[in-house]
Amino acid sequence: MGDGPPSLWEWIARNWDTGRAGSIRDLLSDHLLMSLVPIVAGLALALPLGLACIRWRWLYQPTAAVFNVLYALPSLPLFMLLISVTGLSPVTVIIPLIFYAMAVLIPAVVDGIRAVPEHVRQSAVAMGFTPLRRLVQVELPIAAPVVIAGLRVVAVSSISLVSVGALIGQGGLGMLFTRAYQNPFLPPVVVGIGLIVLLALVADGLLVLAQRLLTPWERARRAT
Amino acid sequence: MITFDAVTKRYPDGTVAVDRLGLEARTGEITVLVGPSGCGKTTSLRMINRMIDPSEGRILLDGAPVDTVDPPVLRRGIGYVIQQAGLFPHRKVVDNVATVPYLLGWNRKRARGRAMELLERVGLDPAMGERYPFQLSGGQQQRVGVARALAADPPVLLMDEPFSAVDPVVRTNLQDELIRLQAELNKTIVFVTHDIDEAIKLGDRVAVLRVGGKLAQVADPKTLLTEPADDFVREFLGRDRGIRRLQFVSTGGLRLRTDLTVREGADGRGDEPWLLALTAEGRAAGWLARGRPGELGPAGTFRHGRDSMRAALDAALLSPSGHAVAVDEQDKVVGVATRQALDEALTEAVHG
Ligand SMILES: Nc1ncnc2c1ncn2[C@@H]1O[C@H](COP(=O)(O)OP(=O)(O)OP(=O)(O)O)[C@@H](O)[C@H]1O
Ligand SMILES: [Mg+2]
Repeated sequence: MGDGPPSLWEWIARNWDTGRAGSIRDLLSDHLLMSLVPIVAGLALALPLGLACIRWRWLYQPTAAVFNVLYALPSLPLFMLLISVTGLSPVTVIIPLIFYAMAVLIPAVVDGIRAVPEHVRQSAVAMGFTPLRRLVQVELPIAAPVVIAGLRVVAVSSISLVSVGALIGQGGLGMLFTRAYQNPFLPPVVVGIGLIVLLALVADGLLVLAQRLLTPWERARRAT
Repeated sequence: MITFDAVTKRYPDGTVAVDRLGLEARTGEITVLVGPSGCGKTTSLRMINRMIDPSEGRILLDGAPVDTVDPPVLRRGIGYVIQQAGLFPHRKVVDNVATVPYLLGWNRKRARGRAMELLERVGLDPAMGERYPFQLSGGQQQRVGVARALAADPPVLLMDEPFSAVDPVVRTNLQDELIRLQAELNKTIVFVTHDIDEAIKLGDRVAVLRVGGKLAQVADPKTLLTEPADDFVREFLGRDRGIRRLQFVSTGGLRLRTDLTVREGADGRGDEPWLLALTAEGRAAGWLARGRPGELGPAGTFRHGRDSMRAALDAALLSPSGHAVAVDEQDKVVGVATRQALDEALTEAVHG
């Protein structure tokens, strides 16, 4: 973050680990949890749903429509709505983020797997792959770049959207913004933005790394 | 042996792709299915490894109905090659070839070792094993496809227009390679093509199908060309059926003249209009026309006794003299088949 004014560093040092709830470290780990759960759960749910949409073609349009509508809903009213069910807990923030993740990842899974060339699929069948093995060893690997591209969008947007939860008291690092709103003071805002951007960059970097490790053939292709 | 026993395939939309097909693909032979587009070749082929199930009738593999075997297990024992090769883009060439061994549970080392062996066998540099399929030419990919189909040494090989997407020169190479491989391996091969020349070149027996999935004729290539069963087959064989038939007439019986050759550089003599100049090694240097010393015309050659009459005729047409030059395996000239000798042999072929 370069050389900030000394008061910023002092503020960070004083608030990093106060031992009380609301320290920067606490907020950071809350933020991480609230953004990581939607990414992982979103993928875990989008995979079977996406596969179901491929297996039963008619399912895809209605599924996509439902998730698009959910995606279009602004997050704040969604949080408000959920409070009556899940109360003022992180779950209230996590659930809408799971839906957003699914809205991006279901089409990614469907498009990724549909992009597997028919002759490749047919030859896998002819070689004697069982359906499950074909999915795991042929179709998913070939779909991986498209799915990971979706995951990168989901990761960055989840990390950023968690902060909106601050408006209902569950915003991870976003809490630093509401505090500054009540008491105009710059360091919390700078720290909040800085850490959120950093988190997003790290998450994106990890996914790029995962993509490289999981799809070495794509790298070979790019090199030519 | 693969037996089609009154097999019919009706697709859900009512299309009858195969109609009461009765056919045997004999063990150790190449059986070619040939016919116009949409006549049910691919459908027939895919019923053998149960990628498609027949509506009626049965298919037997060495006497056992294929529908008693679990499809994935059945398929691991049947090699399959298709037009676009169907290689896995995400796996290295060597792992593509090792696909079925992996499925059969071989360890990685053994499977890869076998894959390397096969790459060599189909005429590829084993170093290519470390590449990805998109880094190969179409012809090379097709060879990898053949290697992959052979990897677990299945007794049966199904090939669906495997060579039709490559250029004619590469196609000819691949065809020759298949003939060579088959001489070593003796697989039971069912080969689908819509190219009658390919069918005649490769097939021990050729089954001609007509649209609607009906078998029009099944015979060895020579019989097919000499005795087409009906107008459809005759038409399908094409106009140059007569010429193609010569492919099956041996040159062994051709009368050769050995008095038409001179040493290169020597003067023409006598009253022959054409003499064949020979190199010091006894190979054909070219044709010398009487009265024009030093000017050599091209000499068309054929392997005596090994090439067909079609090749001999082709050689004659390539020579300005109109005579074909007979050579042995080392390209040494053994004699000259004159027009007259060719004419006699053709007459014999037509009447005999
Ligand atoms: N899944 C399907 N549903 C309905 N009809 C089909 C299906 N697959 C093939 N057919 C029809 O069955 C007939 C035979 O098709 P098939 O693919 O076996 O022909 P083919 O001889 O392999 O043709 P080509 O030389 O063009 O590959 C065609 O009329 C085709 O339209
Ligand atoms: Mg076909």
